[in-house]
Amino acid sequence: MTTPAIELIHIDKRFGPVHANKDVTLSVGQGSIHGIIGENGAGKSTLMSILFGFYAADSGEIRVKGQPVKIKSSSDAIAQGIGMVHQHFMLVDPFTVLENVVLGVEGGALIGPALAKARSELKRLADDYDMQVNPDAIVGELPVGLQQRVEILKALYKGADVLILDEPTGVLTPDEADHLFRILGTLRDQGKTVILITHKLREIMAITDHVSVMRRGELVANFETKDTSVDELAEAMVGRSVLLHVEKGKATPGEMVLEVKDLVWRDSKNVARVDHVSFSVRKGEIVGIAGVSGNGQSELLDCIAGITKPTSGEIIFEGKSIGQLADPRHLREEGLAHVPEDRQHRGLITAFDASESSILGWQFEEELGHGFRLNRKKVVESCLREMKEFDVRPANPLLKSAKFSGGNQQKIILAREMSSNPDLLIIGQPTRGVDIGAIEFIHKRIIELRDAGKAILLVSVELDEIRSLSDRIIVMFAGKVMGERDSSADERDIGLLMAGVQKGVAA
Amino acid sequence: MSQRGELPKWVDVGLIPALNLLLALLATSVIFLLINENPIECLGIMIKGAVGSLKGWSYLLYYTTNFIFMGLAVAVAFHAGLFNIGGEGQGYIAGLGAALIGLNLEFLPWFITIPLAILASVAFGALWGFVPGYLQAKRGSHIVITTIMFNFIASSLMVYLINYWFRPIGKMAVESREITGAYILSFREIARQFFDFKYPASPLNLTVFLAFLVAWAVWYFLWRTKLGYAIRAVGLNSDAAIYAGIKPQRIIMIAMAVSGGLAGLVAVNEVLGAQHRLLLEFVQGAGFVGIAVALMGRNHPIGIVLAAMLFGLLYQGGTELSFAKTHINRDMVVVIQGLIILFMGALENAFRPWLTALFFKADD
Amino acid sequence: MLDILLSAETLSSTIRMSVPLIFACLAGLWSERSGIVDIGLEGKMLAAAFTAAAAGAYLGSPWLALLLAIGVSILFSLVHGYAAINQRGNQVVSGVAINMLAAGLAVVLGNEWFKEGGRTPPLPPEAQFPVFHMPGFSAIQSIPVIGPYINVLSGHSVLVYVAFALVPLSAWGLAKTRFGLRLRAVGENPHAVDTAGISVTKLRYQAILIAGVLCGFAGTYLSVALQGSFVRDMTAGRGFMALAALIFANWRAWPSMWACLLFGYLQAVGLRMQGFKIGAVEIPVQFINMLPYVMTVVLLAGFIGKSTPPRASGTPYTKDR
Repeated sequence: MTTPAIELIHIDKRFGPVHANKDVTLSVGQGSIHGIIGENGAGKSTLMSILFGFYAADSGEIRVKGQPVKIKSSSDAIAQGIGMVHQHFMLVDPFTVLENVVLGVEGGALIGPALAKARSELKRLADDYDMQVNPDAIVGELPVGLQQRVEILKALYKGADVLILDEPTGVLTPDEADHLFRILGTLRDQGKTVILITHKLREIMAITDHVSVMRRGELVANFETKDTSVDELAEAMVGRSVLLHVEKGKATPGEMVLEVKDLVWRDSKNVARVDHVSFSVRKGEIVGIAGVSGNGQSELLDCIAGITKPTSGEIIFEGKSIGQLADPRHLREEGLAHVPEDRQHRGLITAFDASESSILGWQFEEELGHGFRLNRKKVVESCLREMKEFDVRPANPLLKSAKFSGGNQQKIILAREMSSNPDLLIIGQPTRGVDIGAIEFIHKRIIELRDAGKAILLVSVELDEIRSLSDRIIVMFAGKVMGERDSSADERDIGLLMAGVQKGVAA
Repeated sequence: MSQRGELPKWVDVGLIPALNLLLALLATSVIFLLINENPIECLGIMIKGAVGSLKGWSYLLYYTTNFIFMGLAVAVAFHAGLFNIGGEGQGYIAGLGAALIGLNLEFLPWFITIPLAILASVAFGALWGFVPGYLQAKRGSHIVITTIMFNFIASSLMVYLINYWFRPIGKMAVESREITGAYILSFREIARQFFDFKYPASPLNLTVFLAFLVAWAVWYFLWRTKLGYAIRAVGLNSDAAIYAGIKPQRIIMIAMAVSGGLAGLVAVNEVLGAQHRLLLEFVQGAGFVGIAVALMGRNHPIGIVLAAMLFGLLYQGGTELSFAKTHINRDMVVVIQGLIILFMGALENAFRPWLTALFFKADD
Repeated sequence: MLDILLSAETLSSTIRMSVPLIFACLAGLWSERSGIVDIGLEGKMLAAAFTAAAAGAYLGSPWLALLLAIGVSILFSLVHGYAAINQRGNQVVSGVAINMLAAGLAVVLGNEWFKEGGRTPPLPPEAQFPVFHMPGFSAIQSIPVIGPYINVLSGHSVLVYVAFALVPLSAWGLAKTRFGLRLRAVGENPHAVDTAGISVTKLRYQAILIAGVLCGFAGTYLSVALQGSFVRDMTAGRGFMALAALIFANWRAWPSMWACLLFGYLQAVGLRMQGFKIGAVEIPVQFINMLPYVMTVVLLAGFIGKSTPPRASGTPYTKDR
């Protein structure tokens, strides 16, 4: 057996209380495509950032071609023949392709010779790997697929033997993704080593030789791709964690509250992040949207909450099209409450005290002060009332929002939104970073709201949570609805949909 | 993010600013030594000159009045996440409003003219703040650059207006004629007219009470009204503000108009209170002192009032120092001001990592 | 009217007035292309102007004066760099502080040293920079009508020619050298530079040093060559006008020169007339003075053309994404 291209031995890394990588040992063979798969926050990106010198590991060893090396910075990694294509491209937009390629390897005080050399080298690489790109094009004006190609060319030009790609297809159209895979195949055939970080099983099965599965910071399994199956990988990825048990009666759905019809939202690069999505939510039911994060759920929530304007399609809330209301303030007045996904950056203002955060979004209410005034006493009183009702600790409305634990911050937000007695509650990531006790409490409250006949739309990347709370489950992948299941659906079945695999459709 | 990274509140609002101020004073001392002076003696002269006599106090409070207005102006913009360097120009243009009313409505009783003149000052200042706000919100022009440019535009415009419109024919000095109708009474006049007391000559006038009142009003506005809440929300976290149904663009324009209006109140103190006429460059750098005052006062009205008084002391003390020691120029005050802005603003976090390390070592 | 607008004196004065602007504008160019906003051009220029005038008066050598002025200007640059790069402080606040510090210190120290209320004594002839005459200029000068126009190009201080030589040099340096490439990259996307294994901090310090050197030239020219001594606040907003020119030039070298020449021309015209007439309407000189600023505001608002600053300018670099 040949020496592995890369060996990571007992890598351990903490960010404060977060144990991002737990004693990870991984070996990547030369001339292979090695997939690393896992859910959000499984530690894949951290591991690769350590390999690329962006972070330093707390302990552990890195070997390149059998030799132990110290990688303290990106330049060390580049010197070891490691190249990385980041999820967010590291390109200088107003530069030409050539200028981007030579940045850092100009080889002299003047860039003229380097540009000339890069021009011929790019031509050779383009021919070898089928990666045509106009060397004089301005990178910022290229489509995303070509920008990514520039990133790969950059790494190859710098002499990379090992190429790390972090979620490379997230921003690509299926055609572009296919072309990328052909390129990666060619690279392997020419002796390069490719490490592919992804959460998409289809990609793993399509092009990798080996696959490692990460879960909660640990490397839990290694497979030869040809010997494994989508089902086996999905199971290893999701794990067989204990289903959180939530006491829940049968739902009695009533009339339609929210109807989403053929909704599309395109980002500034014209990529459809929400792609022709349709579904509905009725009174007295919880509809859960499952999916790995970054598959359009956030954008969908923003459209419904009136924060972003959809590109096309329709959202009907209580019989009225949101198009005419599209403004969070008016939607709240119409009876829509929204627990945003990102607690710290949206749900509350960490520099505000708890009472101020507890009226965020409802600050215009007449109850909180007549006309232009904001009655401090009433704000504090209502906050204290909500804190007691939702068992927020410490029940101190004057404490800075940042000082509360994640669970208590979340309770402040839930209390705020639920106490408005909404007709529809949309919740993103209700329990992300929340302790067990608070999770149970929050789940119970959500069920109670449902039983009180309210409509609830729930988005979570925690599959367990979706399964234990939802009456119906919608799975999103790459901006599209992959399918709908009821709450009794098999975990693996949903896991496959989340990874972009539809039953009966060849992976 | 984590609770651990945070320092106790008293360190944050007490110790760190105090250490930064100390550093600024140390640097000041070095400069005193550079000109062969004993820093402690000089400091003594400054303090005595400012608070050792009724006259000293009067000047101190007269300067403080301007600095409170300008500090509040910077702070309101700052709470909306904006850096208004244009207080100087906004205050200057506001002089136009004060002079237009003060000179043209002299036939009206004072209780109509004075409020109108104050309103006009605020309105002119607000306009000069609103336009950069509008350009930032709707056209994406950077507020810092635009407000700087507006300072210079105001400067040229006012030279022109005072020279060609306000200067009485035949008068050499480039200034308007004197406001002879209603103006704001000085302490000296009040003492003479109502109390038969000989108050020392100083430009201190009733506007000083307006300054304290406005400081309270700004506090009320920012912390007790819905609009103030929206302004702070936008400044702290515009994403959260959008989530809350607040429109940041609108808030930016409002905040800049309010900020400009506050800066405009300087014209009330100067044109209506102290000078009774429109003079060239009557703002005299107060707009920039306002930046230092707001930084030092941590953008809170109480802090601003205190910081404004400190700068009032510095200005009056600086004048006395230049009388006592003729070779020390009054511009020493500008040096100290610059050092305070440097150490309390741009280098405000210099001690933070060091203190954080200290505190958590003590914790473990 | 026209005789003033197009006279040889006005054009020659335009050249002289634009020189401090060009130096300062190029200083801003190097600094801001690396992502460091420099509101402190004014202060550095003033500090340099004072240092040069003071050193010139004491030492009698223009070159030593220039050297010392550059040193002082660099010192201020380093303060700004430490605040902006190491401390990740607010770059605007730091710039404002530097402007005040320089304005105050120059007067305080000047008064201490020369006892003239902040002025410096007039410089002796030997402290003046040599003047450069084009070959054969006296012959040309005697030609009627066009003759005097030779003074537009000839007979200026050597620093004038240095300023104009620095324009192509800066353009070339930014476009064609490794340093220029990296500098432009760090102003747009410091993450890209960091992942390419290049130190963001080092690059930005280098940029700031260049800005310091150029502000040293700007100040020296102002006090030594243009005015012959230092008087308080003698920069009179030129640092900000240079900033305006930089915006006008969309952060590029050659256009910077044209913008500075335009603004210099407006200054020269403003100095020579107390308002001029278009038809029966008199345009006061103050409107000429404010024109650069008005034009910049209009340009920034995107009403004529578009001006885009380097994307990363004003934001401290942190590794976390």
